[in-house]
Amino acid sequence: MAWGKRKDLLGIEDLSREEIETILDTAESFKDVSRRQIKKVPALRGVTVVNLFLEPSTRTRTSFELAGKRLSADVINISASGSSIIKGESLKDTACNIEAMNTDILVFRHSKAGAAHFLSKVLKCSVVNAGDGAHEHPTQALLDLYSIREKTKRIEGLTVAIIGDIAHSRVARSNILALRKMGAHVRVAGPATMIPAGVEKLGVDVTYKIEEAVEGADVVMMLRIQQERQGKNLFPSIREYSRFFGLNRARLKGAKKDILIMHPGPINRGVEIAPDVADGPYSIILDQVTNGVAVRMAILFLYSGAAL
Amino acid sequence: MPKKEKPNTREVRIIDREKMNALINQLAERILEKNQDLSEVTLVGIRSRGTHLARRIAEKIFEKCGNRVPVGILDITLYRDDLRSRIDQPMLVRTEIPGPIEDRNIILVDDVLFTGRTIRAAMDGIMDMGRARMIQLAVLVDRGFRELPIRANYTGEYVPIKSDQTIRVRFAEDGEEDGVILREVP
Repeated sequence: MAWGKRKDLLGIEDLSREEIETILDTAESFKDVSRRQIKKVPALRGVTVVNLFLEPSTRTRTSFELAGKRLSADVINISASGSSIIKGESLKDTACNIEAMNTDILVFRHSKAGAAHFLSKVLKCSVVNAGDGAHEHPTQALLDLYSIREKTKRIEGLTVAIIGDIAHSRVARSNILALRKMGAHVRVAGPATMIPAGVEKLGVDVTYKIEEAVEGADVVMMLRIQQERQGKNLFPSIREYSRFFGLNRARLKGAKKDILIMHPGPINRGVEIAPDVADGPYSIILDQVTNGVAVRMAILFLYSGAAL
Repeated sequence: MPKKEKPNTREVRIIDREKMNALINQLAERILEKNQDLSEVTLVGIRSRGTHLARRIAEKIFEKCGNRVPVGILDITLYRDDLRSRIDQPMLVRTEIPGPIEDRNIILVDDVLFTGRTIRAAMDGIMDMGRARMIQLAVLVDRGFRELPIRANYTGEYVPIKSDQTIRVRFAEDGEEDGVILREVP
Protein backbone atom coordinates (compact mmCIF):
# COMPACT_ATOMS: atom_id res chain seq x y z
CA MET A 1 0.00 0.00 0.00
CA ALA A 2 1.05 3.60 -0.44
CA TRP A 3 1.69 5.17 2.94
CA GLY A 4 1.27 8.84 2.08
CA LYS A 5 1.52 11.60 4.58
CA ARG A 6 0.34 11.13 8.10
CA LYS A 7 1.01 13.21 11.13
CA ASP A 8 0.42 11.39 14.39
CA LEU A 9 0.45 7.90 15.85
CA LEU A 10 -1.92 8.17 18.78
CA GLY A 11 -3.30 4.69 19.14
CA ILE A 12 -3.93 1.34 17.53
CA GLU A 13 -7.56 2.37 17.38
CA ASP A 14 -6.86 4.64 14.38
CA LEU A 15 -4.90 2.05 12.36
CA SER A 16 -6.29 -0.37 9.81
CA ARG A 17 -5.06 -3.93 9.48
CA GLU A 18 -3.32 -2.95 6.25
CA GLU A 19 -1.51 -0.08 7.96
CA ILE A 20 -0.39 -2.35 10.79
CA GLU A 21 1.00 -4.81 8.26
CA THR A 22 2.88 -2.04 6.45
CA ILE A 23 4.48 -0.94 9.74
CA LEU A 24 5.53 -4.52 10.57
CA ASP A 25 6.96 -5.09 7.08
CA THR A 26 8.89 -1.82 7.25
CA ALA A 27 10.28 -2.82 10.65
CA GLU A 28 11.79 -5.93 9.09
CA SER A 29 14.18 -3.86 6.99
CA PHE A 30 15.19 -1.92 10.06
CA LYS A 31 15.87 -5.02 12.08
CA ASP A 32 18.61 -5.80 9.55
CA VAL A 33 20.17 -2.37 10.16
CA SER A 34 20.45 -3.08 13.90
CA ARG A 35 22.29 -6.32 13.18
CA ARG A 36 25.01 -4.68 11.09
CA GLN A 37 28.38 -3.59 12.35
CA ILE A 38 27.55 0.00 11.36
CA LYS A 39 24.09 0.34 12.90
CA LYS A 40 23.12 3.53 11.16
CA VAL A 41 21.43 4.70 7.97
CA PRO A 42 21.13 8.34 6.89
CA ALA A 43 17.36 8.28 6.31
CA LEU A 44 16.39 10.88 8.93
CA ARG A 45 19.46 13.09 8.72
CA GLY A 46 18.49 16.57 9.86
CA VAL A 47 15.26 15.44 11.54
CA THR A 48 14.82 16.43 15.19
CA VAL A 49 13.10 14.00 17.54
CA VAL A 50 12.25 15.02 21.11
CA ASN A 51 11.38 12.35 23.66
CA LEU A 52 9.17 14.05 26.21
CA PHE A 53 8.63 11.48 28.95
CA LEU A 54 6.62 12.79 31.87
CA GLU A 55 6.40 9.32 33.37
CA PRO A 56 9.34 7.04 34.19
CA SER A 57 10.62 4.70 31.50
CA THR A 58 13.84 2.95 30.60
CA ARG A 59 12.85 0.57 27.82
CA THR A 60 10.57 2.74 25.73
CA ARG A 61 12.65 5.89 26.02
CA THR A 62 15.94 4.14 25.28
CA SER A 63 14.29 2.26 22.45
CA PHE A 64 12.99 5.45 20.82
CA GLU A 65 16.33 7.17 21.39
CA LEU A 66 18.28 4.36 19.71
CA ALA A 67 15.71 4.14 16.92
CA GLY A 68 16.14 7.83 16.15
CA LYS A 69 19.93 7.67 16.35
CA ARG A 70 20.15 4.64 14.09
CA LEU A 71 18.21 6.64 11.51
CA SER A 72 20.65 9.59 11.93
CA ALA A 73 18.02 11.87 13.51
CA ASP A 74 18.99 14.26 16.32
CA VAL A 75 17.35 13.00 19.50
CA ILE A 76 16.79 14.89 22.74
CA ASN A 77 15.31 13.48 25.93
CA ILE A 78 13.29 15.47 28.41
CA SER A 79 11.93 14.01 31.63
CA ALA A 80 9.58 15.59 34.15
CA SER A 81 12.19 16.06 36.84
CA GLY A 82 14.61 17.87 34.56
CA SER A 83 12.03 20.16 32.96
CA SER A 84 10.25 23.39 33.76
CA ILE A 85 7.06 21.44 34.38
CA ILE A 86 8.11 21.24 38.01
CA LYS A 87 8.28 25.06 37.99
CA GLY A 88 4.63 25.06 37.03
CA GLU A 89 4.80 25.47 33.24
CA SER A 90 1.69 24.05 31.58
CA LEU A 91 1.92 21.04 29.30
CA LYS A 92 0.75 23.07 26.34
CA ASP A 93 3.40 25.74 26.91
CA THR A 94 6.14 23.17 27.35
CA ALA A 95 5.13 21.41 24.12
CA CYS A 96 4.80 24.64 22.13
CA ASN A 97 8.26 25.73 23.28
CA ILE A 98 9.74 22.43 22.18
CA GLU A 99 8.02 22.77 18.83
CA ALA A 100 9.25 26.35 18.46
CA MET A 101 12.78 24.93 18.27
CA ASN A 102 11.76 23.26 14.99
CA THR A 103 11.13 19.82 16.33
CA ASP A 104 9.83 17.37 13.73
CA ILE A 105 8.62 14.51 15.90
CA LEU A 106 7.54 14.60 19.53
CA VAL A 107 7.51 11.22 21.26
CA PHE A 108 5.30 11.70 24.25
CA ARG A 109 4.49 9.80 27.44
CA HIS A 110 2.09 11.07 30.07
CA SER A 111 0.18 9.63 33.02
CA LYS A 112 -3.19 10.90 31.79
CA ALA A 113 -5.26 9.23 29.08
CA GLY A 114 -5.77 11.51 26.08
CA ALA A 115 -2.66 13.63 26.71
CA ALA A 116 -1.16 12.69 23.33
CA HIS A 117 -4.44 13.49 21.54
CA PHE A 118 -4.46 16.87 23.19
CA LEU A 119 -0.90 17.68 22.05
CA SER A 120 -1.57 16.43 18.53
CA LYS A 121 -4.27 19.09 18.20
CA VAL A 122 -2.06 21.84 19.60
CA LEU A 123 1.09 21.02 17.62
CA LYS A 124 1.90 21.01 13.92
CA CYS A 125 4.75 18.53 14.34
CA SER A 126 4.19 14.76 14.47
CA VAL A 127 3.17 13.32 17.82
CA VAL A 128 3.90 9.69 18.64
CA ASN A 129 2.10 8.35 21.69
CA ALA A 130 4.56 6.43 23.89
CA GLY A 131 1.89 5.68 26.48
CA ASP A 132 -0.94 7.84 27.83
CA GLY A 133 -2.26 6.75 31.22
CA ALA A 134 -4.35 3.60 31.03
CA HIS A 135 -5.40 4.40 27.46
CA GLU A 136 -2.97 3.27 24.74
CA HIS A 137 0.64 2.30 24.13
CA PRO A 138 0.59 1.69 20.38
CA THR A 139 4.30 1.01 19.77
CA GLN A 140 4.29 -1.67 22.48
CA ALA A 141 1.39 -3.48 20.78
CA LEU A 142 3.12 -3.18 17.40
CA LEU A 143 6.37 -4.64 18.71
CA ASP A 144 4.39 -7.42 20.37
CA LEU A 145 2.69 -8.24 17.06
CA TYR A 146 6.05 -8.15 15.33
CA SER A 147 7.57 -10.51 17.89
CA ILE A 148 4.69 -12.97 17.58
CA ARG A 149 4.75 -12.84 13.78
CA GLU A 150 8.50 -13.39 13.75
CA LYS A 151 8.11 -16.66 15.66
CA THR A 152 4.85 -18.03 14.30
CA LYS A 153 4.83 -16.42 10.80
CA ARG A 154 1.17 -15.48 11.26
CA ILE A 155 -1.16 -13.79 13.70
CA GLU A 156 -4.56 -14.63 12.24
CA GLY A 157 -6.21 -17.51 14.05
CA LEU A 158 -3.81 -17.57 17.01
CA THR A 159 -5.14 -17.61 20.55
CA VAL A 160 -3.52 -15.04 22.80
CA ALA A 161 -4.10 -14.87 26.57
CA ILE A 162 -3.49 -11.55 28.31
CA ILE A 163 -3.21 -12.00 32.05
CA GLY A 164 -3.10 -9.49 34.86
CA ASP A 165 -4.40 -6.01 35.51
CA ILE A 166 -6.43 -5.53 32.32
CA ALA A 167 -8.29 -2.51 33.67
CA HIS A 168 -5.25 -0.33 34.33
CA SER A 169 -3.11 -1.50 31.44
CA ARG A 170 -2.60 0.53 28.27
CA VAL A 171 -0.52 -2.37 26.98
CA ALA A 172 -3.52 -4.69 27.31
CA ARG A 173 -5.84 -2.26 25.62
CA SER A 174 -3.57 -1.57 22.64
CA ASN A 175 -2.81 -5.27 22.28
CA ILE A 176 -6.47 -6.30 22.40
CA LEU A 177 -7.28 -3.79 19.65
CA ALA A 178 -4.27 -4.79 17.54
CA LEU A 179 -4.70 -8.55 17.91
CA ARG A 180 -8.41 -8.37 17.10
CA LYS A 181 -7.69 -6.31 13.99
CA MET A 182 -5.19 -8.93 12.87
CA GLY A 183 -7.70 -11.75 13.36
CA ALA A 184 -6.36 -13.37 16.55
CA HIS A 185 -8.56 -14.72 19.35
CA VAL A 186 -7.96 -12.93 22.64
CA ARG A 187 -8.64 -14.12 26.18
CA VAL A 188 -8.16 -11.95 29.20
CA ALA A 189 -7.72 -13.21 32.74
CA GLY A 190 -7.17 -11.66 36.13
CA PRO A 191 -8.90 -10.96 39.44
CA ALA A 192 -12.46 -9.70 38.91
CA THR A 193 -11.40 -6.31 40.31
CA MET A 194 -8.93 -5.94 37.43
CA ILE A 195 -11.21 -6.91 34.56
CA PRO A 196 -13.04 -3.84 33.28
CA ALA A 197 -16.80 -4.07 32.92
CA GLY A 198 -17.88 -4.53 29.31
CA VAL A 199 -14.47 -5.72 28.09
CA GLU A 200 -16.33 -8.42 26.08
CA LYS A 201 -17.44 -5.66 23.73
CA LEU A 202 -13.85 -5.56 22.41
CA GLY A 203 -14.35 -9.13 21.20
CA VAL A 204 -12.43 -10.94 23.94
CA ASP A 205 -13.26 -13.91 26.17
CA VAL A 206 -13.00 -13.42 29.92
CA THR A 207 -11.90 -15.92 32.52
CA TYR A 208 -10.92 -15.56 36.15
CA LYS A 209 -8.64 -18.58 36.24
CA ILE A 210 -5.11 -18.44 34.90
CA GLU A 211 -5.16 -22.18 34.10
CA GLU A 212 -8.15 -21.70 31.77
CA ALA A 213 -6.45 -18.80 30.05
CA VAL A 214 -3.22 -20.69 29.44
CA GLU A 215 -4.82 -23.92 28.22
CA GLY A 216 -4.54 -24.18 24.44
CA ALA A 217 -3.15 -20.65 24.06
CA ASP A 218 -0.45 -19.98 21.47
CA VAL A 219 0.78 -16.89 23.28
CA VAL A 220 0.59 -15.73 26.90
CA MET A 221 1.18 -12.08 27.68
CA MET A 222 1.77 -11.37 31.34
CA LEU A 223 1.13 -7.84 32.55
CA ARG A 224 3.02 -6.03 35.22
CA ILE A 225 1.24 -5.32 38.48
CA GLN A 226 1.31 -1.53 38.40
CA GLN A 227 1.71 -0.56 41.99
CA GLU A 228 2.05 3.12 41.02
CA ARG A 229 -1.34 3.23 39.31
CA GLN A 230 -3.39 1.69 42.07
CA GLY A 231 -5.44 4.05 44.13
CA LYS A 232 -7.16 1.31 46.06
CA ASN A 233 -6.38 -2.25 46.91
CA LEU A 234 -7.56 -4.49 44.10
CA PHE A 235 -6.24 -7.65 45.74
CA PRO A 236 -5.43 -8.48 49.33
CA SER A 237 -1.66 -8.92 49.00
CA ILE A 238 1.14 -9.36 46.48
CA ARG A 239 1.65 -12.87 47.79
CA GLU A 240 -1.94 -13.79 47.22
CA TYR A 241 -1.92 -12.29 43.72
CA SER A 242 1.13 -14.30 42.88
CA ARG A 243 -0.45 -17.48 44.21
CA PHE A 244 -3.56 -17.14 42.07
CA PHE A 245 -2.38 -15.27 39.01
CA GLY A 246 1.39 -15.62 38.81
CA LEU A 247 2.75 -17.64 35.91
CA ASN A 248 5.02 -20.46 37.06
CA ARG A 249 6.22 -23.78 35.72
CA ALA A 250 3.40 -25.78 37.28
CA ARG A 251 0.81 -23.64 35.48
CA LEU A 252 2.51 -24.30 32.14
CA LYS A 253 2.13 -28.08 32.44
CA GLY A 254 -1.07 -28.19 30.39
CA ALA A 255 0.14 -25.55 27.92
CA LYS A 256 0.99 -26.01 24.24
CA LYS A 257 4.51 -27.26 23.65
CA ASP A 258 5.44 -24.24 21.50
CA ILE A 259 3.75 -21.57 23.62
CA LEU A 260 5.29 -18.09 23.62
CA ILE A 261 5.59 -16.19 26.89
CA MET A 262 5.69 -12.42 26.68
CA HIS A 263 5.93 -9.52 29.10
CA PRO A 264 6.16 -5.81 28.27
CA GLY A 265 8.52 -5.17 31.19
CA PRO A 266 9.57 -4.13 33.69
CA ILE A 267 9.12 -7.54 35.33
CA ASN A 268 8.17 -7.99 38.95
CA ARG A 269 10.03 -11.25 39.36
CA GLY A 270 8.13 -13.68 41.54
CA VAL A 271 4.95 -11.60 41.41
CA GLU A 272 3.23 -11.97 38.03
CA ILE A 273 5.90 -14.23 36.57
CA ALA A 274 8.31 -16.72 38.15
CA PRO A 275 12.01 -16.14 37.33
CA ASP A 276 12.44 -19.59 35.75
CA VAL A 277 9.54 -18.87 33.39
CA ALA A 278 10.74 -15.37 32.52
CA ASP A 279 14.20 -16.75 31.69
CA GLY A 280 12.90 -20.07 30.40
CA PRO A 281 12.77 -21.60 26.93
CA TYR A 282 9.31 -20.26 25.96
CA SER A 283 10.10 -16.70 26.91
CA ILE A 284 10.57 -14.15 24.12
CA ILE A 285 10.74 -11.23 26.54
CA LEU A 286 14.16 -10.04 25.37
CA ASP A 287 13.24 -10.55 21.69
CA GLN A 288 10.44 -8.08 22.36
CA VAL A 289 12.99 -5.52 23.51
CA THR A 290 15.23 -6.10 20.47
CA ASN A 291 12.28 -5.82 18.10
CA GLY A 292 11.10 -2.66 19.84
CA VAL A 293 13.97 -0.68 18.31
CA ALA A 294 13.18 -1.92 14.79
CA VAL A 295 9.47 -1.17 15.15
CA ARG A 296 10.16 2.32 16.49
CA MET A 297 12.58 2.98 13.63
CA ALA A 298 9.73 2.09 11.27
CA ILE A 299 7.38 4.44 13.13
CA LEU A 300 9.81 7.38 13.09
CA PHE A 301 10.55 6.74 9.42
CA LEU A 302 6.90 6.46 8.36
CA TYR A 303 5.68 9.42 10.41
CA SER A 304 8.57 11.77 9.66
CA GLY A 305 7.02 12.87 6.37
CA ALA A 306 4.32 14.83 8.14
CA ALA A 307 6.57 17.71 9.12
CA LEU A 308 7.47 18.58 5.50
CA MET B 1 3.35 -3.03 -10.68
CA PRO B 2 2.95 -1.21 -14.03
CA LYS B 3 2.06 2.45 -13.54
CA LYS B 4 -0.83 4.07 -15.36
CA GLU B 5 0.45 5.99 -18.36
CA LYS B 6 -0.85 9.35 -19.47
CA PRO B 7 -3.02 8.81 -22.57
CA ASN B 8 -1.15 11.25 -24.79
CA THR B 9 2.32 9.85 -24.08
CA ARG B 10 4.13 8.70 -27.24
CA GLU B 11 6.06 5.49 -26.82
CA VAL B 12 8.68 3.98 -29.09
CA ARG B 13 10.29 0.61 -28.51
CA ILE B 14 13.93 1.38 -29.24
CA ILE B 15 15.34 -1.95 -28.09
CA ASP B 16 13.34 -5.13 -28.66
CA ARG B 17 13.45 -8.46 -26.90
CA GLU B 18 16.20 -10.03 -29.01
CA LYS B 19 18.41 -6.95 -28.84
CA MET B 20 17.93 -6.68 -25.08
CA ASN B 21 18.89 -10.32 -24.67
CA ALA B 22 22.02 -9.72 -26.78
CA LEU B 23 22.95 -6.67 -24.67
CA ILE B 24 22.59 -8.64 -21.44
CA ASN B 25 24.72 -11.38 -22.98
CA GLN B 26 27.35 -8.80 -23.86
CA LEU B 27 27.35 -7.41 -20.32
CA ALA B 28 27.93 -10.91 -18.96
CA GLU B 29 30.80 -11.49 -21.37
CA ARG B 30 32.53 -8.25 -20.46
CA ILE B 31 32.12 -8.94 -16.77
CA LEU B 32 33.71 -12.36 -17.29
CA GLU B 33 36.58 -10.81 -19.25
CA LYS B 34 37.42 -8.24 -16.58
CA ASN B 35 36.93 -10.40 -13.49
CA GLN B 36 39.25 -13.37 -13.54
CA ASP B 37 38.32 -14.62 -10.09
CA LEU B 38 34.55 -15.08 -10.12
CA SER B 39 34.57 -16.50 -6.59
CA GLU B 40 35.04 -12.95 -5.26
CA VAL B 41 32.19 -11.44 -7.27
CA THR B 42 28.72 -10.59 -5.93
CA LEU B 43 26.16 -9.02 -8.25
CA VAL B 44 23.98 -6.54 -6.40
CA GLY B 45 20.82 -5.41 -8.16
CA ILE B 46 19.29 -2.09 -7.20
CA ARG B 47 15.67 -2.90 -6.72
CA SER B 48 13.51 -3.54 -8.47
CA ARG B 49 14.54 -3.60 -12.13
CA GLY B 50 18.22 -3.72 -11.28
CA THR B 51 17.50 -6.98 -9.46
CA HIS B 52 15.88 -8.47 -12.56
CA LEU B 53 18.90 -7.48 -14.64
CA ALA B 54 21.37 -8.84 -12.07
CA ARG B 55 19.60 -12.22 -12.08
CA ARG B 56 19.64 -12.31 -15.90
CA ILE B 57 23.35 -11.53 -15.99
CA ALA B 58 24.05 -14.21 -13.37
CA GLU B 59 22.13 -16.70 -15.53
CA LYS B 60 24.22 -15.80 -18.60
CA ILE B 61 27.43 -16.15 -16.63
CA PHE B 62 26.29 -19.59 -15.49
CA GLU B 63 25.55 -20.63 -19.09
CA LYS B 64 29.00 -19.50 -20.17
CA CYS B 65 31.22 -20.94 -17.48
CA GLY B 66 29.08 -22.99 -15.10
CA ASN B 67 29.74 -20.74 -12.10
CA ARG B 68 26.94 -19.48 -9.90
CA VAL B 69 27.60 -15.88 -8.95
CA PRO B 70 25.66 -14.77 -5.83
CA VAL B 71 23.00 -12.10 -6.44
CA GLY B 72 21.86 -9.59 -3.80
CA ILE B 73 19.05 -7.06 -3.60
CA LEU B 74 19.74 -3.50 -2.49
CA ASP B 75 17.02 -1.06 -1.44
CA ILE B 76 18.51 2.43 -1.52
CA THR B 77 15.46 4.22 -0.09
CA LEU B 78 17.17 5.05 3.20
CA TYR B 79 20.12 6.61 1.37
CA ARG B 80 18.22 8.76 -1.14
CA ASP B 81 19.06 12.46 -1.15
CA ASP B 82 15.45 13.36 -2.02
CA LEU B 83 13.86 11.18 0.67
CA ARG B 84 12.35 14.01 2.66
CA SER B 85 11.14 16.01 -0.33
CA ARG B 86 8.91 13.21 -1.59
CA ILE B 87 5.25 13.37 -0.73
CA ASP B 88 4.82 9.64 -0.25
CA GLN B 89 7.08 7.68 2.05
CA PRO B 90 8.39 5.00 -0.30
CA MET B 91 7.76 1.43 0.80
CA LEU B 92 10.90 -0.29 1.97
CA VAL B 93 11.98 -3.58 0.53
CA ARG B 94 14.35 -5.70 2.52
CA THR B 95 17.98 -5.48 1.45
CA GLU B 96 19.36 -8.99 1.09
CA ILE B 97 22.99 -9.50 0.26
CA PRO B 98 24.29 -13.05 0.53
CA GLY B 99 27.41 -13.38 2.70
CA PRO B 100 29.62 -10.64 4.11
CA ILE B 101 30.56 -7.63 1.96
CA GLU B 102 34.08 -7.60 3.38
CA ASP B 103 36.73 -7.99 0.65
CA ARG B 104 34.15 -8.86 -2.02
CA ASN B 105 34.17 -7.56 -5.55
CA ILE B 106 30.72 -5.95 -5.73
CA ILE B 107 29.17 -5.29 -9.11
CA LEU B 108 26.20 -2.95 -8.76
CA VAL B 109 23.57 -3.55 -11.41
CA ASP B 110 20.84 -1.14 -12.52
CA ASP B 111 18.64 -0.83 -15.59
CA VAL B 112 19.17 2.85 -16.44
CA LEU B 113 22.02 5.20 -15.54
CA PHE B 114 20.85 8.81 -15.49
CA THR B 115 21.85 11.46 -12.92
CA GLY B 116 24.07 9.09 -10.94
CA ARG B 117 22.32 9.88 -7.67
CA THR B 118 20.93 6.37 -7.29
CA ILE B 119 24.43 4.95 -7.70
CA ARG B 120 25.84 7.39 -5.13
CA ALA B 121 23.18 6.20 -2.68
CA ALA B 122 23.88 2.56 -3.52
CA MET B 123 27.62 2.99 -2.89
CA ASP B 124 26.92 4.56 0.51
CA GLY B 125 24.61 1.66 1.32
CA ILE B 126 27.21 -0.93 0.38
CA MET B 127 29.96 0.84 2.32
CA ASP B 128 27.85 0.91 5.49
CA MET B 129 27.59 -2.86 5.28
CA GLY B 130 31.33 -3.44 5.13
CA ARG B 131 34.51 -2.68 3.25
CA ALA B 132 34.22 -4.17 -0.20
CA ARG B 133 37.50 -4.67 -2.04
CA MET B 134 36.02 -3.08 -5.13
CA ILE B 135 32.70 -1.68 -6.36
CA GLN B 136 31.88 -1.70 -10.06
CA LEU B 137 28.80 -0.71 -12.00
CA ALA B 138 26.91 -2.44 -14.80
CA VAL B 139 23.89 -0.83 -16.52
CA LEU B 140 21.74 -1.80 -19.46
CA VAL B 141 21.14 1.74 -20.72
CA ASP B 142 23.10 4.94 -20.15
CA ARG B 143 20.82 7.85 -20.97
CA GLY B 144 23.37 10.56 -20.23
CA PHE B 145 22.85 13.81 -18.30
CA ARG B 146 24.86 12.99 -15.21
CA GLU B 147 24.68 15.25 -12.14
CA LEU B 148 27.52 13.48 -10.31
CA PRO B 149 30.97 12.29 -11.41
CA ILE B 150 29.93 8.66 -11.92
CA ARG B 151 30.52 6.33 -14.85
CA ALA B 152 29.58 2.68 -15.48
CA ASN B 153 32.24 -0.02 -15.96
CA TYR B 154 29.89 -2.00 -18.19
CA THR B 155 27.23 -0.35 -20.36
CA GLY B 156 24.78 -2.20 -22.61
CA GLU B 157 23.83 0.71 -24.81
CA TYR B 158 24.40 4.45 -24.74
CA VAL B 159 21.13 6.25 -25.59
CA PRO B 160 21.51 10.03 -25.25
CA ILE B 161 18.01 11.47 -25.00
CA LYS B 162 16.43 14.88 -24.58
CA SER B 163 15.20 16.23 -21.26
CA ASP B 164 11.52 15.89 -22.20
CA GLN B 165 11.99 12.19 -22.91
CA THR B 166 12.21 9.30 -20.50
CA ILE B 167 13.45 5.78 -20.78
CA ARG B 168 11.92 2.71 -19.26
CA VAL B 169 13.25 -0.83 -19.31
CA ARG B 170 10.60 -3.53 -19.18
CA PHE B 171 11.13 -7.03 -17.89
CA ALA B 172 9.13 -10.20 -18.36
CA GLU B 173 9.48 -10.67 -14.58
CA ASP B 174 7.02 -7.79 -14.12
CA GLY B 175 4.54 -9.30 -16.58
CA GLU B 176 5.62 -7.06 -19.47
CA GLU B 177 7.42 -7.82 -22.70
CA ASP B 178 11.21 -7.39 -22.52
CA GLY B 179 12.39 -4.20 -24.16
CA VAL B 180 13.49 -0.60 -23.78
CA ILE B 181 10.84 2.06 -24.32
CA LEU B 182 11.49 5.69 -25.17
CA ARG B 183 8.69 7.96 -24.03
CA GLU B 184 7.97 11.51 -25.03
CA VAL B 185 5.89 13.59 -22.67
CA PRO B 186 4.29 16.36 -24.74
